[in-house]
Amino acid sequence: MRRHPLRLAMKTAMKAFPLIALLALSKAWAAEVQVAVASNFTSPMQEIATEFEKDTGHRAILAFGATGKFYAQIANGAPFEVLLAADDETPARLEKESLAVAGSRFTYAVGKLALWSPTPGYVDGRGEVLKKGGFSHIALANPKTAPYGAAAVQAMAGLGVLAALEPRFVQGENISQAYQFAATGNAELGFVALSQVYRDGKITAGSAWILPAGLHDPIRQDAAILARGRSQPAAAALAAYLKGTKARAIIASYGYAP
Amino acid sequence: MTVADLGAVWLTLKLATTVTLLLLLIGTPMAWWLARTRSRLKGVVGAIVALPLVLPPTVLGFYLLVALGPRGPVGQLTEALGLGTLPFTFPGLVVASLLYSLPFVVQPLQNAFEAIPERLLEAAATLRAGPWDAFWSVAVPLARPGFLSGAILGFAHTVGEFGVVLMIGGNIPDRTRVVSVQIYDHVEALEYAQAHWLSGGMLAFSFLVLLALYTFVPQGGRMRS
Amino acid sequence: MNTGIQARFHLGRGDFSLDVDLALPGRGITALFGHSGSGKTTCLRAMAGLERAPGGFFALGGEVWQDEARGIFVPPHRRPLGYVFQEASLFPHLSVGANLAFGLKRVAVAERPFELPAVAELLGIGHLLERPPGSLSGGERQRAAIARALLAAPRLLLMDEPLAALDLRRKLEILPYLERLHDELSIPVIYVSHAPDEVARLADHLVLLDGGRVVASGPLAETLARADLPPAFADDAGVVVEGILAAHEADNLSRLDFPGGSLRVGRRREAIGSRLRCRIHARDVSLALERPHASSILNILAADVTAVAATDTPGHVLVQMRVGPTPFLSRITERSRRELAIEPGRPVWAQVKAVALLA
Repeated sequence: MRRHPLRLAMKTAMKAFPLIALLALSKAWAAEVQVAVASNFTSPMQEIATEFEKDTGHRAILAFGATGKFYAQIANGAPFEVLLAADDETPARLEKESLAVAGSRFTYAVGKLALWSPTPGYVDGRGEVLKKGGFSHIALANPKTAPYGAAAVQAMAGLGVLAALEPRFVQGENISQAYQFAATGNAELGFVALSQVYRDGKITAGSAWILPAGLHDPIRQDAAILARGRSQPAAAALAAYLKGTKARAIIASYGYAP
Repeated sequence: MTVADLGAVWLTLKLATTVTLLLLLIGTPMAWWLARTRSRLKGVVGAIVALPLVLPPTVLGFYLLVALGPRGPVGQLTEALGLGTLPFTFPGLVVASLLYSLPFVVQPLQNAFEAIPERLLEAAATLRAGPWDAFWSVAVPLARPGFLSGAILGFAHTVGEFGVVLMIGGNIPDRTRVVSVQIYDHVEALEYAQAHWLSGGMLAFSFLVLLALYTFVPQGGRMRS
Repeated sequence: MNTGIQARFHLGRGDFSLDVDLALPGRGITALFGHSGSGKTTCLRAMAGLERAPGGFFALGGEVWQDEARGIFVPPHRRPLGYVFQEASLFPHLSVGANLAFGLKRVAVAERPFELPAVAELLGIGHLLERPPGSLSGGERQRAAIARALLAAPRLLLMDEPLAALDLRRKLEILPYLERLHDELSIPVIYVSHAPDEVARLADHLVLLDGGRVVASGPLAETLARADLPPAFADDAGVVVEGILAAHEADNLSRLDFPGGSLRVGRRREAIGSRLRCRIHARDVSLALERPHASSILNILAADVTAVAATDTPGHVLVQMRVGPTPFLSRITERSRRELAIEPGRPVWAQVKAVALLA
């Protein structure tokens, strides 16, 4: 069945509810950690935060958004202690500018790009549809600002279809919007993050082609402990937790490479 | 400024001009009806017109994306008419902006029409002017401040629109990439110098528009809120 | 063919209702007189078609403007009428001249009875045509509104208390113009007012309204002199006498002859032969059974009592009488009435203490 965006929103809200309840009831001695999370990692991070609190007693307070915006906010004194970025450049830049703790960076997930359509059977298993054409719009994230967009452009260039497809581009400001354009049918297909259409080993709706790793540079999503989280034990605990088996299993279930 | 920036500026001006002219055309009869009717529907219609004032643009944009898309009711209608679907097209932006900027034109007009004493329209009737004649010869000239401020606000608000365009535009150069989206891209890409050029321009433009409004348009024609 | 005006309206508005059935003359000024809330303005608006009375009927000289029973309702802009509102209703975006031309240019050239300059001159606003309405005095604005209404080639002129919003000086400034209209216009005018002096001065025909009902309708002098009006009107009762300035006399006096007698008034400036109206309050007329001698009162007239009626004030009665064909009213105490045995048919001497000339 097709995932309706409204239903997705409902699901997200329902998932967030127990977390909120849990946060409210958590023990007084629990430390809190303020985390900025890239939008594409929203669902897995909510699950991880729940487990993290259960296992360690620490509470992760999550803010979701675009990595570029987080950068501007952190540079201007936002109170985040950990950043889970959508790329690897932003954490590196923050470290260079001493806004992140040196040596705290690590790759918590490697994003996978999928060519996806809400219509079953529309996208074939080898991406031939890109050469065949027959669609009027293809959605992708803005390559200038979003790593998934840049990867999509790189892949299309590699396949030799970039020039032919460029006039049909519709760009979302981020990968969620690219997904929205395709999910509402306004674009017949689009390059999305696999995590948006994948759960527990299979595509949740429609048809998709998971792009082979060779077609684009790996989309490394790096995390870093920020300057404000330097002496905060909960920040270090979260970083360690993300590297643990439980978190890695959750991350993999959403279609990220380890 | 780059060629892309200039293209965005030109597109924005074209969009705002088209939308303002259409809004005056659509908004005038609506405002007239709202100002003069005693129908019980007045409250409902007034509330619907005012909705974009309080709705987050993303809500409007999201519903437009769904409704105008190939599976939405409007999208199916436009496709049946052979017009294709509206998202990612300039006409699509026009339709979205019409909805989004509607209250900024209708409300000043409605206020201006409401400020016209009934007596003057009755006087026109006793002087042999029929309703249509009286509308053009009395109501429209007297509502001039309302037309002026409605046009200025509608234009400026369309220029400043971002959320709705972002949702249904698809960021296509020279078709749907307006100045506000271009600025957003520059900021996201950390191209702060270019962002400053466009942002500064928008700031100056907005200030001049409001200055004109507060200097030249009499009190009666401004927004209710 | 009927040349008069027929109006039949029944209108309910909350706790107020208008219920009138009028036959009015097709010429001269008819005053709709009553206290505020009596329904005068509503009645006038219904005549113009600005208020639509369900089941209403209105005809002017045989031309039907409204007959709901036959599904006829001519909208206001198709009725050849002029309407002057209580407050000046000039269009603020047009010059005075353009205001005057507003109705005029909507009338076919062949049907225009007046030229703009002539009407502007008649109302004394010829020098104001270039000005914006906002720069005019209240009186000038109202005169412009009257001129504008006349230029729309009306066959009926409706005026809703055109002087009510003006102070006394402005009123006195406009009244002569209204009198000129009266003399020079052949179209009927219906004039709403709650000011007895205006009515006495201008009207030929009088309709008294009270609580939305017509309590009296008829020629001015006769209607004013009626003794059977509701008490609310009786306290301010008086008659209007129209006469001809017959002679100037010694001691700075002038003689005014009316059918049935003469009145001496202070010296007038008008030419001999001018028609003059004066108002005589009932409370300014006392009665005697014999002709008083050695009295300071100049105007002593022989009269025959025609009726006696009660008033709102306890102990007072209203006596109606005739001097020749001209009716007079006197308000006296009940005791005087009893002691003088005043009753219909009795000859009396009426002593008129004060005569208010209305020009």
